[in-house]
Amino acid sequence: MTTPIQMTPPQASKKPVPPAQKEDAMLLQKEMINRNYHELATAHDRGKKVAATFVPGNLNELVMCFDFARSLPETNALQNGMRKKSGKMIMDAERDGHSEDVCTYVKADLGMMLGGEVGPTGEPLPRPDLLLLSYTGCFTFMKWFELIRQKYNCETTMLHVPYQGDGKISQNMRDYVVKQIKENVIPSLERVSGVKFDIDRLRQYMKESAKAEDDLVQVLQSAKKRPSPIDGYFGAVYYIGPIFTAFRGTTEATQYYDVLRREIEQRVREGKGPITPEGEMAEEKYRLVVEGPPNWTHFREFWKMFYDEGAVVVTSTYAKVGGVYDFGFRHDPDHPIESLAEYCLGCYTNLNLPQRIDMICKYIDEYQADGLLINSIKSCNSFSAGQLLILREVEKRTGKPAAFIESDLVDPRYFSPANIKNRLESYFQMIKQKRTVAAGAVH
Amino acid sequence: MRCFIGIDLGSTTTKAVVIDENRNILGRGITNSRSNYDTAAAIAKQEALVNTRFHLFRNALSRSAALNGKLDDFLGHLERDFRLEQFLEQLADLEATCRRNAEGTRFGDHAAAVATALIEVFQRLQAEAPALFAPGAKRKSDFFRDIAGSRYLAIGETVAKEMGIRYDMVLNVFDRSIIEVENRVYADAMGSNLMRALERTFKGMPETAGRAAAIRAPIQGVLDTALEETYVIGTGYGRARLPFSKEHIRSEILCHGLGAHVMYPGTATVLDIGGQDTKAIQVDPHGIVESFQMNDRCAAGCGRYLGYIADEMNMGLHELGPLAMKATKKVRINSTCTVFAGAELRDRLSLGEKREDIMLGLHRAIILRAMSILARSGGVRNEFTFTGGVAKNEAAVKSLKELVRENYGELRLNIDPDSIYTGALGGATFAWRAVVEEGKAVEARARA
Repeated sequence: MTTPIQMTPPQASKKPVPPAQKEDAMLLQKEMINRNYHELATAHDRGKKVAATFVPGNLNELVMCFDFARSLPETNALQNGMRKKSGKMIMDAERDGHSEDVCTYVKADLGMMLGGEVGPTGEPLPRPDLLLLSYTGCFTFMKWFELIRQKYNCETTMLHVPYQGDGKISQNMRDYVVKQIKENVIPSLERVSGVKFDIDRLRQYMKESAKAEDDLVQVLQSAKKRPSPIDGYFGAVYYIGPIFTAFRGTTEATQYYDVLRREIEQRVREGKGPITPEGEMAEEKYRLVVEGPPNWTHFREFWKMFYDEGAVVVTSTYAKVGGVYDFGFRHDPDHPIESLAEYCLGCYTNLNLPQRIDMICKYIDEYQADGLLINSIKSCNSFSAGQLLILREVEKRTGKPAAFIESDLVDPRYFSPANIKNRLESYFQMIKQKRTVAAGAVH
Repeated sequence: MRCFIGIDLGSTTTKAVVIDENRNILGRGITNSRSNYDTAAAIAKQEALVNTRFHLFRNALSRSAALNGKLDDFLGHLERDFRLEQFLEQLADLEATCRRNAEGTRFGDHAAAVATALIEVFQRLQAEAPALFAPGAKRKSDFFRDIAGSRYLAIGETVAKEMGIRYDMVLNVFDRSIIEVENRVYADAMGSNLMRALERTFKGMPETAGRAAAIRAPIQGVLDTALEETYVIGTGYGRARLPFSKEHIRSEILCHGLGAHVMYPGTATVLDIGGQDTKAIQVDPHGIVESFQMNDRCAAGCGRYLGYIADEMNMGLHELGPLAMKATKKVRINSTCTVFAGAELRDRLSLGEKREDIMLGLHRAIILRAMSILARSGGVRNEFTFTGGVAKNEAAVKSLKELVRENYGELRLNIDPDSIYTGALGGATFAWRAVVEEGKAVEARARA
């Protein structure tokens, strides 16, 4: 109770923000992401075709077999959000006729196009030659590509992934996805790219994927240690960057995850806590599991509300949004197409509510967390529907306190710092009080 | 004596509560939050300490039996006289500040006339002040800004007309000065104001003057007892602005939960409707928060909504509830957006609906929104405690009772007349727990 807390005078927020401290791996991933934007910018000049596809259920290894440059629209939107560019884009899209309630990733993307098709790094973002929709539970993704197709009249291929409504993957479902990949997706990719499909190339990429996935899982699960050497939400969004986007299956990604794993192992050996933008976290006071995507427009301010109070997110469902690997799934070079199907079917967005509840309860147990925090995204129905039910059920099953905050992905207007901070601090104090009671110190 | 103090910095008002070692409530203080939380905290605390003194006077005087049978009258009189002295002190400050601000070149040729007008205005303000604090006198508000402001405007207009100068000049001086005056803390004046008030009271109640010495002694005894600020806990929206260390700050959600528990130990669910937020809190049998929900981003359906409606209707905030209670018919207001509700209000009026019926609809709209937040927090459990400024509004309470009965059946609903102090009481209780139960050392005394 008498732990020293770094006191922040109220004026502190007005001071110029010092440069954020980052791990080597964080810097490396930033380089990789920037390089991909450069590759996209020059793709057409280099005679390459551009494919756009979404993070959940992305078929990156397969797409690479056809030499496509890869653009991930949600990543573009969140990068613009982090670089404080999304606000204008969203308002431009609204002026163009999109309602206030529409997913702000969509509006940021459309606004970006209206504003001259410039990507987050300032380089041009080319029009896609192919929209590859791997439909894994988010209905908005389909509408999003429909809008882009209408705008650019580009070729669209849809992979329909059945929802895990019953909480399991049947053989029928697998066969259905495999059949589509073979009969629709691959022929489309061949036609648009002019490159013939080579399954051995796919196997090779998958070998790399599986290696990187092993390392990623080790990194994410290192948070089971006390203190956790990583933040499994704010830090993890850097860690998942390469593998959830254009790099899964590349040797670069494999190397990146190898470096990252070693770096984290070192932190574990030294008993260090996570790196925050303001240096290493001094003391781990609260261990949380978080459900829901982060806010990107005030990412650092949002994170600060946690580390200032000694709160570490030990794991999050969002860090699984581009692939749930911690329960054993790996891309399998021996069954490449089948494992792509399995991957898509197992995406977090494709899980039903009971599966999500099971996963969160398991996390709270395995990561010895103090409770669940839900960041409910105003404009994301896909994530938010049912979140309060999840919260109640997890509270009931684990007996741990849960809390609920609300923000948005990339619309800066929906981030209310005072309100969020108030709820977070209340939640942390609530956890602390519960511990005091458990220790029998009251009455 | 040791005092444990909680200060709740709300968006509209700042409240403070003082409790003693046995967790008895000694005093409560309230002030408007202004734009300056430091001052608001200091003044609320000071008011609570003044209130504590009066509480102690009562105890001491009733023990001494010097006022046999007249204790209530005497203390009532003394408190009014004390408020008057406080008012006069601030009024003198306002006059000096106004005069200073009227100097210089701002008013050019009119400077002398403005100065003369100010003298006249303040003479009249002083002359009528005793009547403002007379027994039974009704004041729209107890805050200096409101009382002095409304009277200054009225008198200033008359004087300007009589003297043939422009009213806006007189107004301008006030606007410049009131913020300065409002942000000054008159910390050391308690003793001297009280002594002057005591003289007034003896004059006002000549039958007590004969026992003056016997009355003075216990009062002096109380004044000589130092009120030690043993531990202070701050809460509420302005808490980050308090000059306290983190150890002295608690979230208002925890404070409201604990405060409601202290007031009604059977409390399981708390609803707090304040100026800019609505909170639904579930507490365990120890008053510890189990879960909570709040309104997000938008303050629609909170206390400010009623404030806005009052402005729209050109009424006082406290007049809304009584008006709504006269309703004979249900008018449905759909919008809990403050601005849209204003539009809906005018629309209904133009359709010929009665003001009281619309007013009840507006109160119901707020409560409907609160019901949704309550549902999200886990519903309403027995006992159910309603706190915050809106709990003082009878029409809001009526709607809440109806809706809770419809949705959750018969429950015990607790509303404390002092429910506006719930957060501060929780804070004071946390302060008490910190020292008495957790053995916290008395930290470098927080200066507020």
